[in-house]
Amino acid sequence: MIDNLMTALGAEFVQLSLTPILIGILAAVACALPGNFLLLRRQALIGDAISHVVLPGIVAAFLVTGTITAVPMMLGAGAAAIVAVVMIEIVKRLGRVEPGAAMGLVFTTLFAAGVLFLEITDTSSVHIDVQHALLGNLESLIWFDAEGWQSLVDPAALATLPPQLPRLALVLVGIGLFIVLFWKELKISTFDAAFAGAIGIRTGVLGFALVVATAIAAVAAFDAVGSIIVIAMFVCPPASARLMTNQLGRQVGWSVVFATISAILGYVFAGYGPGWFGSPYAVSAAGMIATISGIIMLLACLFGPQRKRVGQQAEA
Amino acid sequence: MRNAELIAEAGKIVDVAGKDAPLTVRGLTVSYGNKPAVFSVDASIPAGSMTAIIGPNGAGKSTFLKGALGVVPRLSGEVRIFGKPFHEARDRVAYVPQRASVDWDFPARVIDVVLMGLYGSVGLFRLWRARHREQAMACLDRVGMADFADRQIGQLSGGQQQRVFLARALAQNAEFYLLDEPFAGVDAATERAIVSVLKDLKSEGRTVVCVHHDLSTVPEYFDRVLLINVRRIAEGPVETTFTAENLQETYGGRLAATHIDELRLA
Repeated sequence: MIDNLMTALGAEFVQLSLTPILIGILAAVACALPGNFLLLRRQALIGDAISHVVLPGIVAAFLVTGTITAVPMMLGAGAAAIVAVVMIEIVKRLGRVEPGAAMGLVFTTLFAAGVLFLEITDTSSVHIDVQHALLGNLESLIWFDAEGWQSLVDPAALATLPPQLPRLALVLVGIGLFIVLFWKELKISTFDAAFAGAIGIRTGVLGFALVVATAIAAVAAFDAVGSIIVIAMFVCPPASARLMTNQLGRQVGWSVVFATISAILGYVFAGYGPGWFGSPYAVSAAGMIATISGIIMLLACLFGPQRKRVGQQAEA
Repeated sequence: MRNAELIAEAGKIVDVAGKDAPLTVRGLTVSYGNKPAVFSVDASIPAGSMTAIIGPNGAGKSTFLKGALGVVPRLSGEVRIFGKPFHEARDRVAYVPQRASVDWDFPARVIDVVLMGLYGSVGLFRLWRARHREQAMACLDRVGMADFADRQIGQLSGGQQQRVFLARALAQNAEFYLLDEPFAGVDAATERAIVSVLKDLKSEGRTVVCVHHDLSTVPEYFDRVLLINVRRIAEGPVETTFTAENLQETYGGRLAATHIDELRLA
């Protein structure tokens, strides 16, 4: 097993596993960062909602443009995300239902519409299917031209990196900047929206910006890794992180650590794990990454230092 | 034309408390859904006063505060804070929402919450620094919570949470304090501590408005009352306005007249 790992970290590793792992990490962290605030605002479902409506978005984009290139797909997904957010607001206000119900209503309806779209239109000739939408295909994002670690400084080889890698890196930098620059505003408005409004924080604009950041993370990550990871990473790393600390900054830090661990362990277990048990097949990396994040959540529930905080309130 | 009208109209209501009074409200209407929570309320709070907003549950007391500060959208009405629209006088006002309106399980320490009150002095894209921490500690000290600075807020009692909220408002160093039920669910020691801080604020020439529930403490704590039950019932000094008739009108059948007499004597 050790030998296997050593060989695995050589040239073959760079070509076959390095980029999928990096893309997995970038996608996981890009989703976990806004997930922290969604969780504390009791909006965790919005990540779920957005990642579901991506499907009708890309199907619609395909029907309009007739291609499956990245740009129209992402535009379609982004447009669908915005439509979903607006629809959730409308259902909430007109229907006077609680936010969770409004989200559940909108995203299941739109996702179902996406599946119907797929079935009744002639998309069978192209590579869009529900399986791919859910699980992505992380394993296929390999770096063909890499010949080993030295390729990392070879401009010709770097030019052939899977486009998802720089795209997700850019998205992660953008989301990171948003959170760092508006840290105070995000923190105050998440804790006490009425106070935030009274001291002049534009809570409505900020809340919308957070949802837009969420949508961008969901769409960029979806393209690379499918919606299962996206949904898991919005919720699991932040929720686990909350059980580790009582400070927001540290919670965000822990969520990044957990997202990274999930991506690395999930990919390694999916690719090499079955081999350790004598199976010649690998399992879905996306599924395994999501599973690992769930296991981390379970461990945090059992052993996290702040796991007992609920119900611990002293009443004087 | 429209502006001139508004200015002329506004002129009619500011005369009671003076032109640059901390708060003048005219015709404030706020609605959640179809039924107005606050309907066409006028009020004028003079500088240096300590006013209790009184009324039965669901009478729109909190909504009146939120509507005046633009925290909830107004259907109609005009609000002037120190003679200006709220957004121009924001840094002269400190608002303390109801303690129960936030999730105390939020990952923050006591000091983190008080630092939020210094938001205005930190600057865009910057973070709190050592001198902000010192100021926050001084505010915690004023409410007797300095020893709790590093405590997780979820571990506080209701009274301690309320003191932390008051410390956050003190950190804002405002001229006008609006508190939503600062005495709800707090212990007697906390109530005394809060009253003492509020009276200090008043003696420094600042203005205090509280949504208040306990009628028996009104004459002891406050010098003015604003009686609301969706509409404004009465407003003025405690001696002349906090009367059995006005309370009867505010609370309807929910408060027996004999009970009110007892309160007046207390």
